[in-house]
Amino acid sequence: MIEFDHVHKRFGEHVVIDDLSLRVEDGEFFVLVGPSGSGKSTLLRTVNRLVHIDAGNVRIDGVDVATQDVETLRRGIGYAIQSVGLFPHRTVGENVATVPHLLGWSKAEIDARVEELLILLKLDEPGIVDRYPDTLSGGQQQRVGVARALAARPRIVLMDEPFGALDPVTRESLQASLKAIQRDTATTILFVTHDMDEAFGLGHRVALMLDGKVAQVGTPLELIRQPVNERVREFVGGSRARLRELAVRLVRDSMRKGEIADGDAVDGGSSLQDALGAMLTQGRDRLPVHEDGHPAGTILLADLVASRE
Amino acid sequence: MIFAPLLLVALLLVLPHSEPWFHAWIPTLSHPLYARTSFLALTLSHLWLVALATFVAVAIGLTLGVLATRPTGRSLLPTVRAIAVIGQTFPPVAVLAIAVPLLGFGAAPTLLALTLYGVLPVLGQTVAGLDNVSPAALHAADGMGYGRWRRLWDVELPLAAGPIMAGVRLSAIVGVGTATIGSAVGATTLGSPIVEGLVGNNTAYVVQGALLVGALALSIDGLLGSVERRIRRNRR
Repeated sequence: MIEFDHVHKRFGEHVVIDDLSLRVEDGEFFVLVGPSGSGKSTLLRTVNRLVHIDAGNVRIDGVDVATQDVETLRRGIGYAIQSVGLFPHRTVGENVATVPHLLGWSKAEIDARVEELLILLKLDEPGIVDRYPDTLSGGQQQRVGVARALAARPRIVLMDEPFGALDPVTRESLQASLKAIQRDTATTILFVTHDMDEAFGLGHRVALMLDGKVAQVGTPLELIRQPVNERVREFVGGSRARLRELAVRLVRDSMRKGEIADGDAVDGGSSLQDALGAMLTQGRDRLPVHEDGHPAGTILLADLVASRE
Repeated sequence: MIFAPLLLVALLLVLPHSEPWFHAWIPTLSHPLYARTSFLALTLSHLWLVALATFVAVAIGLTLGVLATRPTGRSLLPTVRAIAVIGQTFPPVAVLAIAVPLLGFGAAPTLLALTLYGVLPVLGQTVAGLDNVSPAALHAADGMGYGRWRRLWDVELPLAAGPIMAGVRLSAIVGVGTATIGSAVGATTLGSPIVEGLVGNNTAYVVQGALLVGALALSIDGLLGSVERRIRRNRR
C-alpha cells in the first residue's frame, strides 16, 4: 500500500504537486494520467525518493519513505522509465540481474530468475541473454527494462511512461504482457502515462492529474461515466468517451447467456470494442461468444449501444 | 599493430652491429655508432621514465577528473578545465627549463615535466568520458538503488573507459616525445644519442636515436590503441 499524504513539491516558484493525497492499494494496477507538466512523473518519483518533497509524507505499508535507507528503499521497488536506461556495457542477462546482484543473490538464484523473466517477457530468442542492448529493437529493450524492474520480485513497481516511445503494435503487445504479469503476480504497479487509452486499458483505478492535483480518481468506467467536472469530461474524451467505454468493458459482462448466433466467435474476456470490430468485419449485428473455447452466449450490436448498466 | 613492436625489436638487434653501414654512409665519422650506453639500456631507461610518469599522471588525472564530476566537485570543473588548457600551452622545453633550477639535472626534472604533461590528456578525457555517460543509464542506476561510489565504479567508469584509455594513450605518446628532450637536461633516454649527435655534428647518432624513438612511439601507440578498441567495443 502506497499513501501520499498532503504532498507538496515546488521547483522554484512553480508548484508541481499541490497538497496531494492519494492511496494505492496492495495488488492494484494504479495509473496516473495527465498532460505534461501535471506533476504525475514527479509524484511517481517521490515514492523512491528520486524527488524530495517539501511537505507532507509518502508511506509504504505505513512507513514513511523518508525514514528509510534510500538505497535499501530503492532496491525494494521496481523502476522502469521511458528512456529504458539499460547499461550499454552489460549483456541482457546482466542488465536484468542488476538489482538481485546489488542485493547479493547467489549466482544460481540469479541465473534461474533471469531465465524465468526472459520467458515471462517473451524475450525467448536463443542467445539473447548474452547480447548487448544496442543489438536489440526498441521493443526488446523495453522488455528487458521491464524484466529488470521485476527482477528482485519487488512488491511495488514504478513505471514512468515505459511504453511511450514504442510503436503502437509493440506498445499493445507490451501492455498485454504487463497486464498478464500484474494479474498473475499481484504486484502493486504505479504507472504514469499521458495516453488516456493506455490508462484505461491497464488501470484498475486511474487518477487524472491536472496542475499538480488529482482532478478525479476512480475506475476507468467511473471516470468515463461520472466525470466530476467539465475539464475531466474533456480529458476523458467528451462524446468519444463512450468509445473508450467499449474498450474498457468486457463482452462477458454484456452478453446474453445461452443464446445461439452464427459467425466467428469472440472471446468472453475480450472488450466490447473487439466485439464491435468483429461485427463490422463480419457484417453481422450479433456474434457468438466463447468462454475457454466453448459456446457461452451471444452478443448483440444493441447490447453495445445500450450498454449502460 | 604488431608491426611497430617487431620493428623496435629488429632495430635493437641490428643496430649494435650496424657500424659498417653507417661508416659506409658517412665515411668521415671516426665513431659512426653510438656506444656510450647500449641501445637496449637507453630504450629501457626511456620506457621506464615514460611508464612511471604516465602511471602517476593517470592516478592524478583520473582522481581529479572523478572529483570534478561529482556533485560536490562540480564547482571546481571550470577551474580544472582552465588549468588543463593553460597547462597544455606551455611547451615541454619550458617546463624542463623551469624544473632544472628546482630539481637539478638528471631524470628528476624530466619526470616532473612528463608527469605534468601526462595529467592533462587523462584529466580532459576523464571529464569528457564521465560527462558523456548516458543520463538514462544513470537515472536508472539511481532508481534501482546504486550508491554514489558503486554507481561510479560499476556504471560510470566502465562506460567512460574508452575515452579515458584514449587519454592514457595520448599521455604516454606525449611522454615518449618529451622524454627525448629530457636528455638535454641529463636524463638517460633515447634522446641522448640525438642530443650528442646534434652537438657533435654526428648525423649517424641522430639517426640511430630517432629510429628507436620512432619505433618506440609507434609500438606504444599501437598497443594502447588496441587496448582502447577492445574496451570501446561494447561501451557506447
